[in-house]
This record gives sequence, C-alpha cells and structure tokens, in this order.
Amino acid sequence: MLFPFHYADTPPRVAITGAGIVTSLGLGWAANALGFRSGRVAIGPVSLFDVSRQRVKVAGEVRLPPAPTREDQRLDRAARMLLLAATEAWQQAGWTASENLPLVLGTTSGGMSQGEAYYRQAIQTPHDHRRQASRVVQYRAQQQALTLAERLGFRGPITIIANACASGANAVGHAWELIRRGHAERVFTGGYDALSQLVFAGFDSLQALSPTQCRPFDANRDGLALGEGAAMLTLETFDSARRRGAEILGEIVGYGAATDAHHLTQPHPEGDAALQSMTAACAAAGIAPEQIGYVNAHGTGTPLNDSAEAAAINRCFGAAVGQVRVSSTKSSIGHLLGGAGAVETVICLMALREQWLPPTSTLNEVDPLCRFPVVREPVDAKLDFALTNSFGFGGANATLILRRCR
Amino acid sequence: MNDRPGIFVHGIGAVSPAGWGMDAFRNALAAGVPIPAKDLPRPGWDKPLTVRSSPAPTPRPAFLAHPRLRRTSPIAQYVVATALEALGHDAEQAGRNRRLGIVFCAMSGCVNYSRRFYDETLKDPSTASPLVFPETVYNAPASHLAAVLGTTAINYTVVGDPGEFLVGISIAADWLATGRVDGCLVIGAEEIDWLMADAMRLFDRKTIVSDGAGALYLKRERPAGAAVQLEAITNAEVFYRGRPRSAAARSMRLALPSNSQSRELLCDGTIGLPRADRDEEEAWADWPHARLSVKKVFGEGFMAAAAWQCIAAVDALQRPGYAAANVSIVGCNQQAIGARFIARQ
Repeated sequence: MLFPFHYADTPPRVAITGAGIVTSLGLGWAANALGFRSGRVAIGPVSLFDVSRQRVKVAGEVRLPPAPTREDQRLDRAARMLLLAATEAWQQAGWTASENLPLVLGTTSGGMSQGEAYYRQAIQTPHDHRRQASRVVQYRAQQQALTLAERLGFRGPITIIANACASGANAVGHAWELIRRGHAERVFTGGYDALSQLVFAGFDSLQALSPTQCRPFDANRDGLALGEGAAMLTLETFDSARRRGAEILGEIVGYGAATDAHHLTQPHPEGDAALQSMTAACAAAGIAPEQIGYVNAHGTGTPLNDSAEAAAINRCFGAAVGQVRVSSTKSSIGHLLGGAGAVETVICLMALREQWLPPTSTLNEVDPLCRFPVVREPVDAKLDFALTNSFGFGGANATLILRRCR
Repeated sequence: MNDRPGIFVHGIGAVSPAGWGMDAFRNALAAGVPIPAKDLPRPGWDKPLTVRSSPAPTPRPAFLAHPRLRRTSPIAQYVVATALEALGHDAEQAGRNRRLGIVFCAMSGCVNYSRRFYDETLKDPSTASPLVFPETVYNAPASHLAAVLGTTAINYTVVGDPGEFLVGISIAADWLATGRVDGCLVIGAEEIDWLMADAMRLFDRKTIVSDGAGALYLKRERPAGAAVQLEAITNAEVFYRGRPRSAAARSMRLALPSNSQSRELLCDGTIGLPRADRDEEEAWADWPHARLSVKKVFGEGFMAAAAWQCIAAVDALQRPGYAAANVSIVGCNQQAIGARFIARQ
C-alpha cells in the first residue's frame, strides 16, 4: 500500500550502487569522467531541428548510436537516452528483474519531439492520422517510464516530477526520502530531457541563450547553452547493498527543497529560496556547510541566476565561503533541464569517488559577486562532501548532498 | 517500523463543466444528467470537435486580478480557484507561516500555451512570444498558486495518467506525517485544447473530453466535528505489454478494503462506454453498495476527473449517510490505483 506508511525507526543510510550518464560529452561514466577531467566543452551547432531563424544556433547535442531495433526507432530521443543511462546504472548495480521497485523520474518535457511531430502533421495534413496515435503515446512522460520498466523487467509505482529545471534533483531527493523513511529498500531514480524545437525556441525567445559562449559566474556572462541527456541512479539501503555484496559508489546524505514565489522565471535576487534549499539539505545531512568541499552550482550562465545563486552560496557558507570550491559543469554540456539535477548528481559522485573537481571550463573573468573560489581548471582534490543545486522556472529549488564512501 | 497519525481532509474545491465551485459540482452530480457538450473548432476540419469545457466564471473572481494570473491560461486559473475554495479561511495563513505544501498533478498540463507557442515558433521563431513560453511549463500553475498564497514550502508538480493523483495524495500525506509541512494542497487539473480532443479521438471517438480541477486540503489534525480521514491508498498497479490493464484493475480492487456491514460508496472512473469501462466494471462487479460515476456527468477530465472522484467521495462522507467511500482509478495508460476515505463522527 502507498498509504498508510510504516516508518523506519532509524532512517537507513542510502547508498548509490549504480550510476549511468548520457551527455554531449559521451555515453557512460568513463566518457563523461574523461570529458570533465579534461575540461572539454561539448557544445556545437544544432542539427536536430531548424535553427536558421533563431538568435542562437548551438547546444549540447548527444550523439546517439543508431537504434538497434525497429522498436527502438519508434522511441523518442528522450526515451533512448534514458534507457542508455538506466541500463548502465542497472548493470553496474547488478540489479535483476523485480516486483515493487519504485521508479522516480524527473523531466520537463518527456517526449516533446513526438508532440511537435504530432502538431505539425495535425496542421499540415489534418485528415492524415498515420503514426499519430503512436506519437501521442510516446509523447507522454509515463510512456518513457513504462518502456524503461518493461525493458529492465521491473514493476512498481512510478512518480514523475516535472518541477522544471529542478525536476531531476527533486526526483533523486524524493527517491532518497522513500528509502530514508522506510517506504522502500531500493529505488531507481534519475532525470532526462532531450533537446526540442519548442523548448529551444522558448529559451531563445526569453533571450536566455548565450549568443557568444555560456560562461557561468563570469562577470560578462550573457546566457545559457541548452543541452540534453539523462542520468540514472540505483539507490538502496546500506544493508541491502552489503547483503548483496554490491560496491557502494557513494552516499546521498541530504536533500532540501523550497519554492521561490518571487517570479515565474526569475529568482529572488538574494537567492532566498536557494538558501532555504541548501540550508534544509545541510540540516537533513546533519552537517555544517563548511564541511562541504565542492558545490556543483546550478550556474546556468544567465546574469540573474548566477548572481542570485552566488548570493545564496555566500550567505549559506558565511565566513567559510572562501573555502568552498564551486563550479558549473553546464559550461561543458549545457543545461539539461529536467536531466540536469540527476546528471550533476552523478558528476558529484564522480568527483567524490575519483577525488577531482570538474571546472567551469569557459570562465574568463570571475564575477566579483562570487566570494568563493570558482574552479577554472580540472583539478585533483580531497573532499568528503559535495553539494549540487538545481533551480527551475516557477521557483523550484532543490539541493542534494553526497558523501564519499571509502 | 512505526506508524504515524492520521491524515484528514480539511477542505475541497472544484471547477467543473458544471461551473466554478462545489455547489455547482454537487448539484450537477445530484442531478446525474450529463453536462451538455459544446462544439470546439478544429483547424483544417469542417466539423468541430465535441467537448465539455468549464464555463467562464460569473462574476469574475477577484483573485484573477493578481499580477501572476494576468496572462495565465485556464488551467492555472482552475488550480488557484479550487485551492482557494479548499483552503477557505486558511488561505490567509498560508503566506504567514509559509509551511503549506503543494502537489499539483496533470496529464496534459498547459496545452493551450504549448500549442500556441509552438505554432508561433513554426511561423517565425523570432517573434514567438517570451510571455507565452514560461506558461507552457508543467509547473507554471503550481508556481502561480504558491505566489498567490505566498508559501515557500515544498511544491511538486507530478505528471502521469490520472492514477497519479492518488500518488500525489500519498506524497502529501508523507510530507504531513513527517512534519515537513503543516498543511498540503493536492490538486488535479486539465485544460481543453483542440489538440488534446483531437488526440483522444485516435483512441476512442465516443469519449468527450472535459476540463477543470479539483483540490483537497489535507492536514494532520482532526477538524472539529464530523471529519473525513484518508484511510488507504493501494499500490500503483502498473500495466503495459504483457501486464494487462484488467489484471491491474483486479489487483487494485483486491487491495482496497471494504466492509459489507456498513453503508459504503464507490466513486469509480467509468464513463458509460463499454469498451473504456470494461476492465474497471469487471474488477468491481461484486461491489454491493452504491456507486457514483463523475465522468458520466462531467466527461473525461483525465487528472481533473481523478480529483473530482476524490472530491465526490469526500463530499458524500461529509454528509450523513455513508461510512466509507472507495475511489477507483483505472488509468488510461499507466496504472490502476485506489483510495479509501472514511467518515469520523
């Protein structure tokens, strides 16, 4: 039953035993770790749809391999990226087909490109219904979740959180809470989004896309770059992982979420809700901010986001703000929207596990608002805790804290 | 393991094709007559589509003058209207203590502006409206509601088929049980657009789509006097290829408790079309008590209809007569899931 609940007497520790990642840097952990460790920027010309009349013409496109089967060819691009990330995480964890495994996903637009194709045909040839039913089905976010469950052979409640660009972080945080509270021993979670014409045009219409280069926390930053991708994590109690003899890659120790009621698309200038979210995550983790060695910032590269987030980080860390190293990996792969929070969680996991920090690769001149050191080059580092922020339209704010497991 | 105190319903609100507010909703259900359908032009066709849309409110509610609601499409207006109705006097407190959670559930979501913005993009992206795009995002209605109420507490927008509304209630119940919020709104809503009505015809030409919203306001403490308590939400019985919808419906029904000794109500999701209703009808074939089928009156409102089912159950329990009410949602493409509410005198 989903209700009433039975709560764990003592919240169990939550282990990450599998992680999968797909970004414009490549498919899988190894390709992405190599890309971030070398500070590579994987933003290039958009080929997926016509951008000839857009102000900006670049994004972080994923190079997907050819679809292996006819069935795969029918899947939306978002579903294919999700499946790749999920399969990597699943295999790494050594999970097998099972009943009652909750799936918690974050996305902003599901299979949007299918919806776009539906609309174009509905307008251009209104009496032609060929392939339209399939597009309606594949467009729905729940279809990507169901395809994933079917392919990997598990069944259980599906929760899809669509909190704009915080969706992925909210999903991982919600999954963490399901385990902490004793509602589940294992949860499969992550986030994904594919580039689509509607969303690209939307950010371009807001003049939120950088016409030069996405440079988070740069004094002269002028916007974000969009990207696409997916990340999935297998979360389970430490007891479950140890019972199976599974390798524990890292631990999620804190999650916070808050709502910024200031404006639909603009953060509160002092980052009030971001501060609330980070503070709540630290409280959940039972640690002081100064124990955090690295912050993977939301850091979109828009003037308003980065100044509000810098203010929030300054306030959260207080006198210790000069000690915490911060970077935005969106400089390398773009903003993955609903996938961002999950992808950046995996990046933090990489940093903790391999003891390095990914850079803000495109930074020229640090905004003086930043009272913290911004990581400009890939660097080795000793750290035990990493924090990742995700903020979205509608004032959705979410923060996750991860701990290294030796 | 330990259990936590109960979850009680402190308010309900509705916008439906019968009108804005619980009175219109209640009266239409009592009459039991399908709300008349309306024509909706479909570009490129001579014949219009048939829908049951919620009428514009008369008089126009004062809250629609809020700056955040100036440009919103109907779905955000429905969400705010039902939330304010469900909150009642507590609406004024939401901004003060800021610990009011929101779970907003939708299947199609902000389809009016999504269609409009994409149409503008195809015609000329350089003139596509930056005012419209932010309203296309799934969580825009929940964001507007938080701004109107002034709450900064946790706020989720959850998408899926209509069964997700009960998953949303379980999320709210968990936030309440763990003290994360003092109160929580769970709202299901949809808005009509020719695009969704057109898509529905590909699967079932007889189903008439509708729009509106329903809201439940939940708290931990028991309200004074007669109260309605959430007793159970079943597992989400997911169906897909190889796992038929009928089996999921049966599993849900078996998991939902009932008491043959007391007077009970079933708020089901049947719409009066044999093909659409078959799995749910079979699952509940042995139900000995009364039934209420909101979709037979209001049409297929997807997530809004799921909310209407719950509101109808709670509303029935708030009046003398029934001891318990089960809600059965056999969704269109994801899950079968049920809930049970009980009256506490």
